[in-house]
Amino acid sequence: MIVGFDLGVFADALEFVVDERRLILEKTWEHLELSAAAMAIALVVALPLGAWLGHLHRGSVLAVNVANLGRALPSLVIIAVAFVFLGVGFWSVALALVVLAIPPILTNAYVAVDGVEADAVEAARGMGMSRWQIIRRIELPLALPLIFAGIRTAVVFVVATATIAAVAGGGGLGDIIVNQAAYGLEGVVGAAICVSVLALAADGLLGLVQRALTPPGLRASTHAFEPDVGTGVTRR
Amino acid sequence: MTGPLAQGGPGEPVIPDFGEGSDCVVENRLFCPDWVADNWSGVLQPALVEHVKLTVIAVAIGFAISLAAALVTHRLRLAEKPFVVFSAIVYTIPSLALFQLLVPVTGLTVTTVEVALVGYTLLILYRNTLEGLRGVPADVLEAARGMGLTRRQTLWRIELPLAVPAIMAGLRVAVVSTIALATVAALVIPEGLGYPIFLALREAFNTEIIAAGLLAIGLALVADGLLVLAERALTPWARTRRAR
Repeated sequence: MIVGFDLGVFADALEFVVDERRLILEKTWEHLELSAAAMAIALVVALPLGAWLGHLHRGSVLAVNVANLGRALPSLVIIAVAFVFLGVGFWSVALALVVLAIPPILTNAYVAVDGVEADAVEAARGMGMSRWQIIRRIELPLALPLIFAGIRTAVVFVVATATIAAVAGGGGLGDIIVNQAAYGLEGVVGAAICVSVLALAADGLLGLVQRALTPPGLRASTHAFEPDVGTGVTRR
Repeated sequence: MTGPLAQGGPGEPVIPDFGEGSDCVVENRLFCPDWVADNWSGVLQPALVEHVKLTVIAVAIGFAISLAAALVTHRLRLAEKPFVVFSAIVYTIPSLALFQLLVPVTGLTVTTVEVALVGYTLLILYRNTLEGLRGVPADVLEAARGMGLTRRQTLWRIELPLAVPAIMAGLRVAVVSTIALATVAALVIPEGLGYPIFLALREAFNTEIIAAGLLAIGLALVADGLLVLAERALTPWARTRRAR
């Protein structure tokens, strides 16, 4: 059932973005604030925890279950539930986004550090490195690609989901997307294009950060553009 | 807003319709079991069935495409990069945006929803299937050749069965994430568990949000469990290895 193949809408949408650039910029800024706040909190909570558990090689059950549960939680449901308990507002939506961002970051940090070759750690210990030095100079650099894969998954997820936040009064580009009455289909499509570009840009930017942080000797193994989807395959 | 949630024009006052019900419903308490009982067959069950349908169709089509693509690229490595890049870009487009981007092309239809949902399954299913096929040890393939199996026989009898764990791992992720994504489909069509959630959000009706939300999460967990059982049934050799 195809209803009118009207590609003119896309041209109109781009025109809308250009004409209404002040509105778009304002909403994009809100969108970024919301996403950045959520990512910052999620990183502070999940990254040290995941890396520490991975370093201790403990808590695999926790890490795996958090990942599975995270996938099973629909973002809409999290936002709706946050709305029920915390009401409308920036922080209620931000908190919902934190809940969504934690699983990929935590699990990837755990799996990454846990999977660092025991020989490398052993050698570092033999060189007389302290625990902290081993974490900072051996485990984290070697785990970097996977850790970043998790962060990038989370960022794409958060930027995407922040759109739904509009339904619960969170602001951002979703405000335009869910309000066709005011902005028309061209507005909706235009804002949708902006969200997509934003997500791709955030992912690409983090890819560059990842490259910059990766020690030169390990660079060959990083992918410039390939989101982590958690293949769920345990390698032997 | 496009789609089913756009109704309620001027002159139609939006009256929160919590149902003429108990005190619990009228006061909009956190959770009212009586509302769930009253609206199970009218609201929740149909939404649940639609949700399952949306998911099954999306994953089935996505799996067929991914399997075909993986089989092709398994032999023809050149084709891998384009497919991965394409599916990775699709995967990165936010669901709500993709649904809206497809509306001008396919309208407010199930097609729009399914195209988007299928798109999201491709990367996971393709990667895992290919990884499974490639993960077959070289000596096993050597042995198959030594036994005189043709390429086709090797594929069907050796490579695909050995790829089952990886494929099933991908299917689990795909099914669970499709169930989650399908809630957003309610922006386009009045179907699935997302629809009652969106409506309830508008009226701030707690019970409906929580009931439909729990159903969506429960559905994902049950589906995941069923796939684990299916994997066990499909790979009896893994069980004997575990038992040993």
